[in-house]
Amino acid sequence: MVKVILILTIVASLCGCAHQAKNNSDLYQKFGGMEKIEQMTDFFIEEISFDNRIYPFFAETKIERFREKFIEQICAELGGPCQYSGDSMKDSHAGMDIRERDFNRLVELLIVAMERANISYPLQNQLLNKLAPMREQILP
Amino acid sequence: MVRSHLTRQAVTLLAFLLGSSVIGSSLCMAGDGKLLATAGLTQLEGSGGGGIVPWATLSGYDTEDETAASAFFAEVDVDDYRLQSKGVALSWNDRVELSFARQRFTLKTLSADIHQNIVALKTRLYGDVIYSRGPQVSLGIQHKKLLDGDIAKALGAENNQSGNDLYLAATKVQLGALSGYNLVWNITARATQANQTGLLGYGGENNKNYQLVFEGSAGILLSPSLAVGIEYRQKPDNLNIEEQDWQDVFITYIPDKRVNFTLAYADLGDVAAAGKQQGVYLSMTGYIW
Repeated sequence: MVKVILILTIVASLCGCAHQAKNNSDLYQKFGGMEKIEQMTDFFIEEISFDNRIYPFFAETKIERFREKFIEQICAELGGPCQYSGDSMKDSHAGMDIRERDFNRLVELLIVAMERANISYPLQNQLLNKLAPMREQILP
Repeated sequence: MVRSHLTRQAVTLLAFLLGSSVIGSSLCMAGDGKLLATAGLTQLEGSGGGGIVPWATLSGYDTEDETAASAFFAEVDVDDYRLQSKGVALSWNDRVELSFARQRFTLKTLSADIHQNIVALKTRLYGDVIYSRGPQVSLGIQHKKLLDGDIAKALGAENNQSGNDLYLAATKVQLGALSGYNLVWNITARATQANQTGLLGYGGENNKNYQLVFEGSAGILLSPSLAVGIEYRQKPDNLNIEEQDWQDVFITYIPDKRVNFTLAYADLGDVAAAGKQQGVYLSMTGYIW
């Protein structure tokens, strides 16, 4: 039992470290700023356009507007000098009947895009951590 | 360390997986909707886990509207004993998991085997291991049937036929939590009467009743396909011979959604009057569809 408590303490302290993470704009800088976000976004759009499962969801999307709003959103989530001016996640995905597997597929495409943009694994995880709470608003 | 019979088991499993995946790939809603590694592994009793601890994760890559099937093989080879476990699991909609495992426990010094069958059911009650604010929480039951109860009886087990374990598990992946690396942790509370997971029967002279024991795991993903971690499993101590808690340190390789391999060093403590049982743990899970 003592050992179980020890493990719990270790886990709890690890979580503690997590919450002491550096402030947000630091993350934006480490990520590589606007240049990196734009590069990743272009790869992401390319991955979407070649994916049979995901592309239909974007069939009526104006890609230029999507690109602009997505860059703005990622920049803001990373603590960069941007403010997201697009629709809420709930409104922009309303009526699309996105399934859990579709959402995860999109995450996989974003990971591929981040890989292609040479974003390190720890930075990929930190961005995904910022985006993860949006799933609740995106799924029906 | 890898003996020929282990290799043979692994080859048989691989052949089975290749054959089954042909059938599986023809099914339309094959379960591959989860993110890589989020199906976890398969633990010794056949439930989605960890290695020695059942987790809240279901052992398939299914999400809503999908089904998944998997097969696993595991072996722990310690000083005086060897435990082999193999089985299959089905999961639906990332909601319900049904599994079957056959364990073979070899007492090297007696050249004797004890077999146990485990049928288990698990259901996800709350959350998602990645996305929800809190952990994913699942409730499970493992029904254990001892096929060779003589040794259990000789050691004073209250029941040498069958027993049920009930467990509640909470599992969470914390994205980027440790200097940007993903942390996974699990806590399991189990009500059990089982002696050495049931291989030595259920209940004994020290205690006949259900006992609440705690189990835990913690790991770090070093890359999308490589994880290292530790596990701890508290055990009851019902028989007159001492039973000790189990622990292991593991490294897992998950190349894709079809297979994973785990190598661990396990410390099972005293087992059936033989002290300090330590050794290598190897396991693999193959995802059929």
